[in-house]
Formats: sequence, C-alpha cells, structure tokens
Amino acid sequence: MIPLIVIFIYLLVIAYIGSVAYKQSKNSTEDFFLAGRTIGSFVFFLSLFATNMTAFAILGSSGAAYKQGIGIFGMMAASSAFVIPFTIFFIGTRLWALGKKFGHMTQVQYFRDRWECSGIGTAIFVLSVIMLVPYLIISIKGGGIVLEEISIAKGTTNPLIPFWLGCLIVAVVVTVNVFFGGMRGVVWVNVFQTILFLLFGAVAVIVISNNLPGGLSATINQMVTDTRTGSLLSRERMPAELFGSYFLIPLSSIMFPHMAIMCLSARKMSAFKQTVIAYPIAIMAIWLPCVFLGVVGAQLIPGVQNSDTILLKLLSEYAPVWLAGLLGAGIISAVMGSDCHQVLALSTMFTKDIYEYYGGEKSKSVPFARVFIIVLTIIAYLIALVSPTSIFELAVQFAFSGFAALAPVMVAALFWRRSTKWGALASTLYVAFWLLFSGYLTNISDAIAPKPPTRAAAQVRPAGQLGAPSGINPDSVTSPMASGKPAAPKKPITSVTIPGYGGMFQRTATTVTFYGYRLVVPMVVGSAILMLLVSMLTPPPSRETVEKYFPHRA
Amino acid sequence: MKVLLGLWIVAMIFLHHDLWNWTSRELVFGILPIGLAYQAFYAVLAMVTMALLVKFAWPAHLEEDIPEHPINQQEGGH
Repeated sequence: MIPLIVIFIYLLVIAYIGSVAYKQSKNSTEDFFLAGRTIGSFVFFLSLFATNMTAFAILGSSGAAYKQGIGIFGMMAASSAFVIPFTIFFIGTRLWALGKKFGHMTQVQYFRDRWECSGIGTAIFVLSVIMLVPYLIISIKGGGIVLEEISIAKGTTNPLIPFWLGCLIVAVVVTVNVFFGGMRGVVWVNVFQTILFLLFGAVAVIVISNNLPGGLSATINQMVTDTRTGSLLSRERMPAELFGSYFLIPLSSIMFPHMAIMCLSARKMSAFKQTVIAYPIAIMAIWLPCVFLGVVGAQLIPGVQNSDTILLKLLSEYAPVWLAGLLGAGIISAVMGSDCHQVLALSTMFTKDIYEYYGGEKSKSVPFARVFIIVLTIIAYLIALVSPTSIFELAVQFAFSGFAALAPVMVAALFWRRSTKWGALASTLYVAFWLLFSGYLTNISDAIAPKPPTRAAAQVRPAGQLGAPSGINPDSVTSPMASGKPAAPKKPITSVTIPGYGGMFQRTATTVTFYGYRLVVPMVVGSAILMLLVSMLTPPPSRETVEKYFPHRA
Repeated sequence: MKVLLGLWIVAMIFLHHDLWNWTSRELVFGILPIGLAYQAFYAVLAMVTMALLVKFAWPAHLEEDIPEHPINQQEGGH
C-alpha cells in the first residue's frame, strides 16, 4: 500500500506541474507544440533525455541482463551513448536551425519544402506514424504492468491495481498533461521525471547492496566461479554479429518524430552543447546500475518467469517499502516522460502535416490537436487492453530498424544539395518493404524457431539451486542454462536457417537475422544506396530551393 | 583538427567492439566485470568525444544564418 501512496503523490505532483504550465501557455500552435521554441539549456537536456528513455531503460535492461548478462550494456547503452549524441550534434542542431529559420515544426514539413514534394512527404508521414503508434501502445502497456506489479502486497498474488486500471491511470495522466500543457507542460514535468529516474539506479544499487549479506561484491565474486551464472559476467552468450550490428540501431533515435520535434523547441543552439556532452553520462547513470542489478538478480533470485520484473522483485526483497514506492515512481517517470512526447508528436504531425496541409483552418489547429490527443489515447488504451503484447513488441523492434533506415534520408536532405524527392521516395518504399518482409519472415519461421526453455523446467528447479533464468533468449545462448539440472554444458541450437532464401536469413527464438546480423544492417545500407543512386538519376529541386537550404556564405 | 576528429570518430566505432574482453570474467575493483567496466569507460570516452566536437567542430554558422526575425515563421492558429 505504501508504494502506491508514494506513486499517487507523485502523480499529483505531475498534475500540478501540468496545471502551472497551462496557465503560462499561449494559444498558438508554436507555443502548444514547441513551447514557443523557448526551452533553455538545462530543461532542454533533461526533456530530450526523457523523450528517448522508456521503461525499457530500467526494467527491460535489467531483464535482458538477467537473461543475457553484462553484454546488454555494451550492445544497447554504450552504443547509444556514442551514436545518439553524435546524431543530435550533426542532425539535431541543423533541424533546429532550419526550424527556427523557416518555421518547420515536423520533419515532414521540412522534407516537403526541401524537396518540393507533397505526396512523398505524405508517404514519409504515413510510414512514421505506422512505426510510432505501436511504440505508444507498448508504453501504455508498460505503465500498466509496472503499476500492477508494484501494487502486489508482500505475500499475496492479487494486485491492488489491475492491469487495465494501471493502463488507464497512465493514459489519463499523460492525456491531461499533454492536453492542457502542450510541449511546455511536458518538458516541465520531464525535469522532475528525469531527475527521479536518473537517481533511480544509483539509489537502487546502494540500497540493495546495503541490505545484502556481504554486499554486492560478495555476490559477484561468488558468480565468477559459478558454472550456471558465471557466463553472465562476460559475453559468452552473445554472438559478436548481433552485438556489432546493434551499433546501427541508435541511428533511429533522431528519426523518431518525438525526438526530432523536441530538437526544434530549444531557445538557442547552445542548448545542444550541454546536451550532447551530458548525454553519454546520463545513459550510463541509468543503464549501468540496472544491467548490473539484472545480472546480480540472476544469482539472487533464479527462475523468474518474466525477467523484466527482476528489478521490482529485488526492490521488494531488499529495499524498504517506502523507498520501493519512490523507485517505482522513478520507473513510472521513464514510462510517462516518453509517452507524453509520443502523444504530442503524433498530435503535432496530424495537425501540421495533414490537417493544416490539406486545408484545415489554422485558427482551429490547437483545438483540433487537443481533440486528437484525447481520441488517440483512448484508441491506444483500448488497443493496449485487448491486443497481445508480443505483436507490439515485434512492431517496436521493427520500428527501431525502420527509423534507423530512414536516417540516410535525413542525412541526404541536410548535407547533400543534389539529393532528390525520388531518392527519398525510393528509400522510404525500401524501408516499408523491409518492414513487411521482416514481419513475413518472422511469421513463416515461427514454426521452426528454436524454442526458449519451458516454464515447467524453471518451476521444477530445486530451491536454492542456481540456474539460468527461464525464458532465456536463445538469440545469444551458447551454453545451456535452463534445464533445471546441473548437467554438463552442451551446445544448444541458437538459430535455424529459413529455407528458400539461399541461407541468407536465420531464425533465432525471437527474431530473424541476415547472415547472423540484425536486419537493420541491410535496411540502412540499402536505404543509403537507393537514396544515392536514385537521386543521381533524377532531377534535383529548383535552384531557388537548393539556394534556400544551402546558401552561399561569404 | 577536424581531420583528427574524423579519425577519432572512426576509432570510436572500432573501440566499441572490445573482442578481447569477450569471454573474460575478470573483475575490476573486485566488483565490476571487465566487459562492463570497459563499456562504461567507452561511455566516458563518448562524452569526451562530444566535448571535443563542441569545442572544435561546433557549427556556429547555423545560428549566424538565422535572421533576427525569421521571415517564414509560421503564425499558427489561435
């Protein structure tokens, strides 16, 4: 009960901050969607960071580390710590400058103007929305799961807040915050949220360590020689191809509409300076403790069915109840910070790229955006309740690759005078094709996918016998850990070739790979090549437009 | 300087792939697995790289190109 009280106090604080922002707002689209492009450096960094962080950074990272070990940090966090600020430096600053100069509020507005195109801009809009909506739905589901898990009292199994109510609470708070406060409300709340979840990891490590007999050091040292969990301390379970090809995934970050739109809201370009420098450390501050605790969790609490709950289980086991509530609020912050930006971005895109572009009255844009926010969150909430999570997890997985593969389009628009709308269209269609093809390959290979260990196997493991976590992802398994028996290691099948494609595609338990690499590799490379070739073969935009975007400097 | 920065950025791509730590379970300071410690150090290097980019390759011209009162600024609705 105490964790719930803490979380509800937190939600009240969020609502209060949103209401203060509402009082300061002006009724213009630039103010509603971009806070009048007046966000200062400190708030800009915290808000941009919150935009990109989801519950995955806390719960998913520890859950993945529980199954796959410390390699998760290098694969997902360290690569992001370099690539994301790098793209913000080169792409974000330019988007900001062009937005300030020409008034763009969305990526599609920029593309339409830069390449003198209408329909192609709409095609990019459609693809972006299709890739972003599942992300929003999975975020709402994530919030529901967290509230449900946190509200289970010790020694019981029934949550005080069932899943449907948890999703509803998250959806309502997000809607109220975005509806009234617009971008200003969202970024102010982000300041509070980001500070909370940045502190989360360090506090969790300190508290859990203090409550462990011998501390974390003793547990880790015990793992080094442990035949079952020792491999989690290295990347023995992680194929180098998958680790390496993940480096391209963070290219998606700047292409997510909510990130690009957030870049337009800074008051001055200097706001980007502190942001890109602080970004790597902020990522490390969240991911390092969570991954570390996920690995330690495999030793302390083996056999967890849903590994994404390992951190919550560690907290409820080794942290005081009130602190568990506060840390739960930190997790909810990560969920809602990104959620708010996704809702606002979709509302901005529909208002600017569709409603206004196709003749809607500008005087009614803000009311249109507000109605859209309500309709969107109601639909997302209903879908979140009735649809299986796995579909959206898959869609989000594809969306990251899809947005990463659109990065060459943005790079060409910003840096290459000769790039054309036809090149952009070719890349966009290529990405759309791969998204469909990935879904098709996943679907036809479901029957032959190597199976993760069974639930039963984990349940029969004798108490106190350390074993690999159940639900282990054979994506990266190179030693058997989940049989429940202390048998000698034997090499399991981790991937199967999908017949009919000349050995090009392999199926692992969760995904399809291309010669062992993530599908993002052929997607990004192919998209870049098409952008280049088709642009060279087609006429460029008018001289006036090229001069507008690439003015000669003395 | 920009050439050196370019070379450093390429080096950063390779430095991320620390194959030499792949199977090591060695602990740094008795608590942090070496693969994790290395990648944490990599994140610090990323921060240093960004600081160098800001110092030596900041695109200041972008801000100079913006007129005081942008001519195409959209009014938006009220």
